[in-house]
Amino acid sequence: MPFDLNVNLLISQMVLGLVNGVFYAILSLGLAIIFGLLGVINFAHGVFFMLGAFIAYMLLETMGIGYWGGLVIAPLIVGLIGIAVEILLIRHLYKLDHLYGLLLTLGLALAIEGLIRIVFGQQGLPYAIPPSLRGAVNLGFMVLPLYRAWVVVAGILLCVLTWIVIEWTPLGAKLRAATDNPAMVQAFGINVPVMLTLTYAAGVALAAVGGVMAAPIMSVDPAMGTNVVIVVFAVVVIGGMGSILGSILTGLGLGLLEGMTKAIFPEASSTVIFVAMVAVLIMRPRGLFGKTA
Amino acid sequence: MTSPATKPQDREAPRMTERTTPQFLGFTPARAAFFLVFAAVVALSPLVLYPIFLMKIYCFIIFACAYNLLLGYTGLMSFGHAAFFGAGAYLCGHAAARWGLSPELAVLSGTVFAGLLGLVFGWIAIRRQGLSFAMITLALAQMMYFIALKVPFTGGEDGIQGVPRGHLFGIIDLSSNTALYWTLAVIVLAVVALYNRIVHSPFGQVLRAIRNNPERARSLGVNVDRFKLVSFVISAAMSGFAASLKTVVFGIASLTDISVNVSTEVVLINLVGGIGTIFGPVAGSYIILSLEHFLSPYGPWLLLIQGLVFIMFVLVFRQGVVGGLQKKLKSHL
Repeated sequence: MPFDLNVNLLISQMVLGLVNGVFYAILSLGLAIIFGLLGVINFAHGVFFMLGAFIAYMLLETMGIGYWGGLVIAPLIVGLIGIAVEILLIRHLYKLDHLYGLLLTLGLALAIEGLIRIVFGQQGLPYAIPPSLRGAVNLGFMVLPLYRAWVVVAGILLCVLTWIVIEWTPLGAKLRAATDNPAMVQAFGINVPVMLTLTYAAGVALAAVGGVMAAPIMSVDPAMGTNVVIVVFAVVVIGGMGSILGSILTGLGLGLLEGMTKAIFPEASSTVIFVAMVAVLIMRPRGLFGKTA
Repeated sequence: MTSPATKPQDREAPRMTERTTPQFLGFTPARAAFFLVFAAVVALSPLVLYPIFLMKIYCFIIFACAYNLLLGYTGLMSFGHAAFFGAGAYLCGHAAARWGLSPELAVLSGTVFAGLLGLVFGWIAIRRQGLSFAMITLALAQMMYFIALKVPFTGGEDGIQGVPRGHLFGIIDLSSNTALYWTLAVIVLAVVALYNRIVHSPFGQVLRAIRNNPERARSLGVNVDRFKLVSFVISAAMSGFAASLKTVVFGIASLTDISVNVSTEVVLINLVGGIGTIFGPVAGSYIILSLEHFLSPYGPWLLLIQGLVFIMFVLVFRQGVVGGLQKKLKSHL
């Protein structure tokens, strides 16, 4: 029965799609946190994702620090870069029209991508799967590479953890309060400017974690950031602004949808998320989880 | 949001005595003087610079005017103008190379096609405002890029090559660079004059009212979404027009024309020239295309420098070259 085969293919493509979905979720989550507090759409988000992968690559090549070390150190370095970027550049735009934040981070994205291309060349670089995560697990309907299974599980855990921190801890409460009314939070003696800096740093560090996790799957490529960030923008539009959980669920769901399309109609797999965006905009302009348009 | 963001007014020209200044077809004496200087540069520059390079600049001036009408005067930030540029380029190339249409009809079909695409995309994107609008247009343009990559119509990686220049109106042989240059020179001057006329017409006044305060415009009985859409379609069609001319000049329509770089390039041109100015697109196109011309042998350095120019202008010189000039001269240029 060919139909049997198709169901298997469909499910295994959906599981693989979930891998992409995890990256979408991690990136749109960071975008949502940064936008919520800073009011800046961080165009450079994809570039920080790419930087995470490149720093992991450099750590391995120059100092022999492997995947697990890279998974910790690369986001820290990217977080420090994020602190510098917020203090030196983004901070000066808060009182202006939001579009200048978009333009500035776009410029930043171009500059960093150019710099990486100058240093590392235009080609993608290989990054090996760590020895402990090689091999595959047989799920019955498909053979799933262990590394991808790790990405799905770790990625979802990371998203849930971030969500818990924001919704259930005192730190998260301050963050949510500052998103609602920064002046009032400042009046309570909380240092809002420092909070903005750290939020930006945390958001881009999250993107870098995603980048390190993506390094063994995608090749470490200067263009990987721009390619993924445009898809993530569509994910954010579909999910709607203003919901942390919404952006996680939308990211995962669209990864599934993409995988499904790969099994049924492969030619459309690169466009299906954009088509979904159009459909959502027509039927529910504020997005699936959005509060306002 | 940290603080109430200022309205886009700091993009606007200083409050000027526009009403009392005599105007003819939207030209004040200051703007007329600038226009004459531009016309003189267009007339004299082929003596010292390659006409092909100049023609590329003129195509981008038209493209940048189309973009500035939307961003500078309607307050809508599109990140997806590559879709209209690419659509115009492909259809014009297809019409001239495969249907064998004359250049004016090929350009017309590219323009109309881009305008229709603008109608669809505008209808979808106008449902959201501000930053979402930018993200939606970017995503829609990326969708068009992937479609262009897959369908046979566009010729994939090869693009549509060998587009003939043909005879304009069946008489003027455009295969000579001289004839083509003067044709484009007349067109670019006409487009800049038209752009100035649109901005300073009652229609343009409504657009600026919407940009400055959409709620107020709505309360005065303006159908805000309708005007936004019309502005979007005009901008898209003009972008397709620019791309069609570019296809006629270079004889090729390819994936480069529909890639995200085209969208960022037109934003950069207007940022450097001056968002919400008449001559910003002109100055910006000369500056950015010269920069690209001289840096293109150095590959990724171009990307780095473009990025740094972006950052520098956003941080310290938001009003752009022409915007700075009009502040000094206290007259909308």
